[in-house]
Amino acid sequence: MSNKLDHSMSLANPNTKGVSIQQKIALAIGLVGLFILALAIFNTNFPNQGVFLTLSLILITAGTILFANDLYLKKLEGIKNDGVWFKSISSRGILGWLTGVGLTAFYIVLYFKAELLGLGTNGEANTGLVALFDPLSRILSGNPASQWFVYGTLYTVAIIVFGYKFILKYRHNRYQQIRTVSVMFFQLGFAFLIPEFMARLNTSPEYNLPYYDLKSMWPLNYYLFDGWSLDGLLSSQNLGLGMLIFGVVTIFVISPILTYKFGKRWYCSWVCGCGGLAETAGDSFRQLSSKKMSAWRIERWLIHTVLVFSVVMTIAMIYTYLGSDPNKYWLTRGTFLAGAATILTLVFSVVMIFKRKELGKDARYGAIGYFAIIISLLIMHYTGTTNEVFFIKSGSLRSAYGLYIGSIFSGVIGTGFYPILGNRAWCRFGCPMAAILGFQQRLFSRFRITTNGGQCISCGNCSTYCEMGIDVRSYAQKGENIVRSSCVGCGVCSAVCPRGVLKLENDTLDGRINSNEILLGNDVDLMDFVNKK
Amino acid sequence: MEEHIAIIGNGISGITAARHIRKMSDKKITIISAETEYFFSRTALMYIYMGHMKFEHTQPYENWFWEKNRIELKNGFVSEVNHKANELVFASGEVMAYDKLIIAVGSKPNKFGWPGQDLDGVMGMYHKQDLENLEKHAPNNQVCKRAVIVGGGLIGIELAEMLHSRNIPVTFLVRENSFWDAVLPAGESGMINRHIQNHHIDLRLGMNLKEIVADDNGKVKAVVVQETGEVIDCNVVGLTPGVSPNVDFLKDSGIELGRGVKVNRFLETNIPNIYAIGDCAEQHEAIGNRRPIEAVWYTGRMMGETLAQTICGNKTEYKPGHWFNSAKFLDIEYQTYGWVFGRAQEYEQQFHWIHEDDTKCITVSYHKETAEFLGINTFGIRMRHEIFDRWLTEKRDVNYVMQHLAEANFDPEFYSVYESDILSAYKKSQLQTT
Repeated sequence: MSNKLDHSMSLANPNTKGVSIQQKIALAIGLVGLFILALAIFNTNFPNQGVFLTLSLILITAGTILFANDLYLKKLEGIKNDGVWFKSISSRGILGWLTGVGLTAFYIVLYFKAELLGLGTNGEANTGLVALFDPLSRILSGNPASQWFVYGTLYTVAIIVFGYKFILKYRHNRYQQIRTVSVMFFQLGFAFLIPEFMARLNTSPEYNLPYYDLKSMWPLNYYLFDGWSLDGLLSSQNLGLGMLIFGVVTIFVISPILTYKFGKRWYCSWVCGCGGLAETAGDSFRQLSSKKMSAWRIERWLIHTVLVFSVVMTIAMIYTYLGSDPNKYWLTRGTFLAGAATILTLVFSVVMIFKRKELGKDARYGAIGYFAIIISLLIMHYTGTTNEVFFIKSGSLRSAYGLYIGSIFSGVIGTGFYPILGNRAWCRFGCPMAAILGFQQRLFSRFRITTNGGQCISCGNCSTYCEMGIDVRSYAQKGENIVRSSCVGCGVCSAVCPRGVLKLENDTLDGRINSNEILLGNDVDLMDFVNKK
Repeated sequence: MEEHIAIIGNGISGITAARHIRKMSDKKITIISAETEYFFSRTALMYIYMGHMKFEHTQPYENWFWEKNRIELKNGFVSEVNHKANELVFASGEVMAYDKLIIAVGSKPNKFGWPGQDLDGVMGMYHKQDLENLEKHAPNNQVCKRAVIVGGGLIGIELAEMLHSRNIPVTFLVRENSFWDAVLPAGESGMINRHIQNHHIDLRLGMNLKEIVADDNGKVKAVVVQETGEVIDCNVVGLTPGVSPNVDFLKDSGIELGRGVKVNRFLETNIPNIYAIGDCAEQHEAIGNRRPIEAVWYTGRMMGETLAQTICGNKTEYKPGHWFNSAKFLDIEYQTYGWVFGRAQEYEQQFHWIHEDDTKCITVSYHKETAEFLGINTFGIRMRHEIFDRWLTEKRDVNYVMQHLAEANFDPEFYSVYESDILSAYKKSQLQTT
């Protein structure tokens, strides 16, 4: 056992470092559960699907729980990252690559070739893997399973069993435990069960509710304003209208208030399903996120470009949905566009007037650039300069967004590449919701990570284990508070710090950003001198 | 031509000085090291062996940082300082001229002349080379069936934790009758003893090393314990009985040496334009209760900050503020602010509180007569540096501190809090003493 990484791609040397007998048994149990799913993928039609599905899920769950128990319960409470960089799975070794490629392949099939999983097309019955999930789906919603039901079930199981593992790993840390219970709850209840139950309402002819995860906000659920979604909601009487209004209120009222009070963590690491999977199943990969300056640069441009894309696409979608006749629609195309332009201008001016100083130079230029693009598109359309280039094609804009961002970026790369890019690649580089919340967090939130005076010894545990690729140490060693847009408040930097230097706090806005390089521990005169400069 | 500042040593002191000089000036800066190409955080070496981090993670700056900030890095071992000619002579024979010289060479592990102390498989845990050596001799518990650690300080317990993470059995020989009891009051030291044993580390208190025994190949085979004569078979011996300044190469340089390089409060040596900072610097007079040589990470940083001011024209005295420090004993974090002595001083009264789970405790020190708050040690509870710094400056009395302890709490959200338990225990103890 050496700590030299094994770069040979030899399959003859599967890495079993530190795997005890109990862990091997647990792995075997879990793999039998997965094997049933694998058989189903290869179109084995099980005689009693309900029994085999139950068996498979129980074996997977039991395997993970036994493994976690053996891994953590035999040791005293405390940070247990021993050997993370020696294990093939968590250091981009062979197992890591195999997992990454396997997950990616699964996502590609799931999104683009679901019939390979056994999805019945043209009214045919499901076969294979999807058919295996039919009994469960019928119990919940009354309908046969779809590939999304299969995915949703496995996703929920993953969050719950790996959430259990995470809770054991951090059983000395109440913040981590409560936060994990929260993401498990929201995934199981809000993302999985409630939408399935809601689908039952659709048996009544008046109801046509879309699959709606109540906690999932625009622009993460970019399809909220799609035609079929709006049609479904509006045709479902008060319940549907209420949900639509709730969706809009969460964006403009609830989320800014919560973000003001607690930072974006209330969503990203306590509620969100993408975050939930990243924090639980993805926890073993958090150290893989790049902390390089170059990665930070790419991140800032990429995530905001996705946001702009999503704003433009949404405006276009709603625009095409609306009509021009004021007698038929209370909201016409014209007023909608004017309204959108007004809101964007308002947000932009407020930021530029009151918070200009808090933005970096490139952030200012970027904001001005993006704002100019959106507004000029709106003006061009509003004044009739162009009628075709942009909005008429809103359908293809929508499908491009759905394909490149919604499917490839968030699923295939975001989750499939966990073992390569770290567990928050989507949240960090692509999620438009994270961009909006991050913007609020950076400019007007009471949340910050405070650093404890002069106690930092620059060891680098915080930066290594930051899943968002923030170089936490660079702030901590200067005694500077951390107010970064991307911080999801997972609290692991604080947990892994061997000197107790970092703390997540909600406090007043004053003194939130202490950009002076303070020299805590030094004589006060020198500090005054340096801070005055 | 800008002044040339040469810095020997790329540890935290030298690097901090260089960074701050660069911030304030355009001087030419060269940092010389024979240990590693780039600055890394020595305190994190243990996490590399434990697999928490890779070596690159211990480097706080990316490799392009140095060139971008025009800080030259020179790989080489300085064997001689010729201050008359303002020149450094390297082991390779090369010569480098400087205008100002900063000596920031740090320390080396102590060795007390034990028989066998230079055998193969015997090592300290200080340099990157020590880590490579450990990786060679203790890659796993097949190659290394047992390790013995000699010396009961912070590096010793870190080494024990490292070996423990690879399931290598460890015997820990500590000269004192309780772990680190020269620094920690008895209640705390006792709790750490038990914590070490709970990790199944074979802790031997009050035991000294007599000799290290070699096998036929000149490798470690066993150690002999002074007190009992017991022979403990082992494949690795870690010697961690403290460090001392690494200044042998300056013996004939004309620079005044004590145990380290003698400096005044401006960090100047007896030779103009030569300064010393960090672990290798020795104050003529100790500052307050501090020792003349402080091998502490953050004092190295502060000396670098201070000296950078002096070199850039704002002559500044080195004035460390209130004492503070922190460490981690396996799973228990330790922080200290102000002064709590292991054996209470004449004027000092100590209040000790320990939680029933035996992993959290605090000790508060105050003046017997004036009740002035003097310091606090906390284990398993994080405290806020800024607040204690302020309370010490304001010379608060101990009652005030105990009443307001919650303000200083720095534990993560949702953690159990113990301030009211501590306060009621404190009140009880006051009733008994009066």
